[in-house]
Amino acid sequence: MRRRWPRNLAPDQMPILDVQYLACRRGGRILFAGLDFSLSKGEAALALGHNGAGKSSLLRVLAGLIPPFTGRILWNDEDTRQEPYDFRAALRYVGHADGLQTNLTVIQNLRYWAALYSAPTERLALTDALAAVGLDDLADLPARMLSAGQRRRLALARPIATPSTNAHTAGLWLLDEPTVALDRPSIARIESAIAEFRERGGIVIASTNAPLTLPGAQEIDVSATVLDLEDAFEDAYA
Amino acid sequence: MTAFWATLARDLLIARREGGESLLAVIFFVLGAMLFPLGVGPEGSLLALMAAGVIWVMALLATLLALDRLFQADWRDGTLELMALAPDSLTLVVAAKCLAHWLVTGLPMVIAAPIMALLLNLPPEGWPALLATLLIGSPALSFIGAICAALIVGARRGGVLMTLLALPLYIPTLIFGAGAVQAAIGGFDASGHLAALAAITLAAAALCPWAAAAALRQAME
Amino acid sequence: MAEATASPNPSGGFWHRLANPARFQRLSAWLMPWLVLITVGCFGAGLYFGLYASPIDYQQKDTVRIMYVHVPAAWLAMMSYSTLAISGFVALIWRHPLADVAGAATAPIGAVFTFLALFTGAIWGQPTWGTWWVWDARLTSVLILFFMFLGYIAIRNAFDDRARAGRAASLLAVVGIVILPIIKFSVDWWNTLHQPASVSKLSGSSLDPAMLRPLLIMAVAYMALFGVLLLLRMRLELTRRQVEALQMARAGASAS
Repeated sequence: MRRRWPRNLAPDQMPILDVQYLACRRGGRILFAGLDFSLSKGEAALALGHNGAGKSSLLRVLAGLIPPFTGRILWNDEDTRQEPYDFRAALRYVGHADGLQTNLTVIQNLRYWAALYSAPTERLALTDALAAVGLDDLADLPARMLSAGQRRRLALARPIATPSTNAHTAGLWLLDEPTVALDRPSIARIESAIAEFRERGGIVIASTNAPLTLPGAQEIDVSATVLDLEDAFEDAYA
Repeated sequence: MTAFWATLARDLLIARREGGESLLAVIFFVLGAMLFPLGVGPEGSLLALMAAGVIWVMALLATLLALDRLFQADWRDGTLELMALAPDSLTLVVAAKCLAHWLVTGLPMVIAAPIMALLLNLPPEGWPALLATLLIGSPALSFIGAICAALIVGARRGGVLMTLLALPLYIPTLIFGAGAVQAAIGGFDASGHLAALAAITLAAAALCPWAAAAALRQAME
Repeated sequence: MAEATASPNPSGGFWHRLANPARFQRLSAWLMPWLVLITVGCFGAGLYFGLYASPIDYQQKDTVRIMYVHVPAAWLAMMSYSTLAISGFVALIWRHPLADVAGAATAPIGAVFTFLALFTGAIWGQPTWGTWWVWDARLTSVLILFFMFLGYIAIRNAFDDRARAGRAASLLAVVGIVILPIIKFSVDWWNTLHQPASVSKLSGSSLDPAMLRPLLIMAVAYMALFGVLLLLRMRLELTRRQVEALQMARAGASAS
């Protein structure tokens, strides 16, 4: 089912991320269904909903960790389930878990992700990223000594330290509750890092119940579209 | 391939930081073998008959013990799913982790093997074969075990369950490994056994990372 | 309306429609009496021919009759594991919901058949070899197979999340069926190496046709029994899942 975009859209305005009729099923329940939206360069979206509504699951489905129950996700017109490579090269995901190895130092943690994404691994480049989240003076501290807020900031330094190597698109950031446990100055730092990324053309989707200002962001309400499981099953296997 | 080398370096660095934890498996290896003389009596000729099999069984069990640390820690702190989202295939990451695991637990067992051979009165004709089989066959143990570790990552009572899953899969390696040593002791040509063992290790190295990566992806859904 | 584009399912078709639980229940209810009929009939005929109206072995005399119970049990043990592996494969690739149910249902049946094969093999061994157990290549392989069934059942029970348990078990079954020939080969090789003298009475020597006929009848009887047990367990499992789904729907409805 190919979506038709209006002909007078400038190339810059063409949607890069196109989500079509997405549904997610976890533990026997349909969390959300019929989700449909698209984002172009520099745009952002905010996933809203009460706890347990499925915001995290939405981000995980978008990232490709969970297969969608129905629907598809298109990145640059390619189905991300079928052609994952380009999508993954552009995707940076920050989930609930911080993804830190507690025995390594802060900078060693970051260096691994930079190496994995073919980003610069020199100390200078990494400390720049740490400075953006305010952790540069803790670079050589073992990660286990960090507080919860500091760990969150290190997790957020990951997308900053691994910019996309693709000339056409700055990439996609999926941030799950990014500002949990962060104080005001840190939140401000994160917001400016996000703004700078969007200026380069990056797309940001964040889920949050905590304060986070994303100017001009689309709002996606993930309130449970509680379909009867039997109905959904009939739909799928009629 | 950057994912492979980066992950290998990282896992080796972590193992070095954790220090003694990685050597626990080798200690179990030697300690467990020591139990056999205590159990069956110190008579030299009996031990000589059993030595090859006992050493190989202990190698299996010690590897199983150490497999716990292959994926559990990364699963718990969320690193594993980030690795799955990297552009390079998860198979490469898993292969690197298996190799690091072998370097940290398997290789020390090969180094400890002469001590074991001494304690268990392995006839001298068997010593070269023992070292050869452990060197060739212990990587297979790490690779095959990785599939089981991936299947049960995050499960409760995962350790014991993994034993039940992995031991049947280890049987061919055990048969050819111990068989080679016993052939050497008996004066027969062990090259056939070694060739079979090498085939198992190569096949495991080629296929198991892919299967383990598939298991990890299934676990993340 | 939302399309089911999630899985690479071939369009429509028999299997697609069968995935509807209600439809499966109806179909299996219709099939069941026929299967029971075949089972009872074949067991009757097979046991009559096997235990009474067939010739005795030159050396083993009457004890050879255990073969009619033991050999089909071993065949069914292998057929059960193959079913497990195929259902696991289908569950992983096509995510067909019945495949997962079939796998969960087959495992205990396979374990019982395997145990039966081991048990009758031991009974057969006593008069033949003079001991209850011997490390014969076949018995050893079947023993390993038994533990592979137990492993499958154990991994299904290791996770609270039923979907995760199903996926892990399916993958295990597929890995198992790939490694099983290698295990069999290495055990055969190990056995010939260590026991060159003993010629296994269970080896596939050419059978007198008068012995082959009851053996095949018993094999069909066992297969029909497998079918009956499998369908029974699948129906039970499906009903259990439907009850659970209703309970969850009620919980979901009251929360919002």
